[in-house]
Amino acid sequence: MSAARLFLLQRVSAAVLALAVLVHLATIILAVRGGLTAGEILARTSGNVAWFAFYIVFVVAAAIHAPIGLRTILREWTGWRGRSCDLAMILFAAVLLVLGLRAAWAVFAA
Amino acid sequence: MSSPLSVAVQRGTDGSRIDRFEVPRQSAQTVLDVVTWIQREADPTLAYRFACRVGMCGSCAMTVNGKPRWTCRTRVETAAPDGRLMLAPLRNLPVVKDLVVDMAPFFAKWSAARGAFAPRADLDADFAVVPPATPERRAADAAIECIGCGVCYAACDVVAWRSDYLGPAALNRAWTLVNDVRDGGRQERLAAIAEEAGCYACHSHGSCTRHCPKSLSPTAAIAGLKRAVLRAALRGEL
Repeated sequence: MSAARLFLLQRVSAAVLALAVLVHLATIILAVRGGLTAGEILARTSGNVAWFAFYIVFVVAAAIHAPIGLRTILREWTGWRGRSCDLAMILFAAVLLVLGLRAAWAVFAA
Repeated sequence: MSSPLSVAVQRGTDGSRIDRFEVPRQSAQTVLDVVTWIQREADPTLAYRFACRVGMCGSCAMTVNGKPRWTCRTRVETAAPDGRLMLAPLRNLPVVKDLVVDMAPFFAKWSAARGAFAPRADLDADFAVVPPATPERRAADAAIECIGCGVCYAACDVVAWRSDYLGPAALNRAWTLVNDVRDGGRQERLAAIAEEAGCYACHSHGSCTRHCPKSLSPTAAIAGLKRAVLRAALRGEL
């Protein structure tokens, strides 16, 4: 993928994350006001399609954004470039995606 | 005048030798005056570079007390209020001798960033009309005054970190041409600078803009290039 495409993906995912992180932080602040319990979290997310969709978007954006940024940092600070670095970042993206989607599914289906 | 200036000058090519000179003060003395005095009165083997002495040619740029500057346009009293000067060659470029750097890598990057005007294919067309008030013309105007002195290049930390980065001057030049409606090489130029060693490597520190003796803003030019490249990528041209 060209540097321009990666830059575009990075910026678009950042725009999504900016909103998603705000919603996330607001939810955290509101959710802990009466003490934090697993039951309360699951009551909000279980079977709730809106929250499920939100977390899917959140996870996908993070899985795109983080590896592109990490790749840039690695290339600049460690000099690790080339195919091995790109493959490692694709793997990192896959791990983020799987772990994130698994967690989103867990709180939706619980 | 007051007590003489205490001047330390980096010598040779590897930065290990520092020579010290006591230089008499003069009114309105520039740092270039100081270097010239050292070569004429104290050590004729000192190598440095200058031409116009009035801030037009850009050849006298050096590191003065840690900052890249034109020595001809830098008054001693501004750069060294305590009367102590440390002179070194420009950063990020190979040293030829003493205060003289090899500018070849700097201009090689101008070429790599397609810094030369490329005429459009329609050579038989009439003269291009470029109204002064158009946004493209204004953007080109803002960047076009660069005289290639290398101060921004020496000020840039990203160039220090990754030697393949095209650097602020070359990208600023590319931005001028991207905004030149007469130019026919836009697509090749955007492709050349849309690399990781191109506009994306910029961290927007703003050191180039802070130190540019012409008060240009390569930072803004690079930001403009990022936008232009994004638009081209969205249109599927890159």
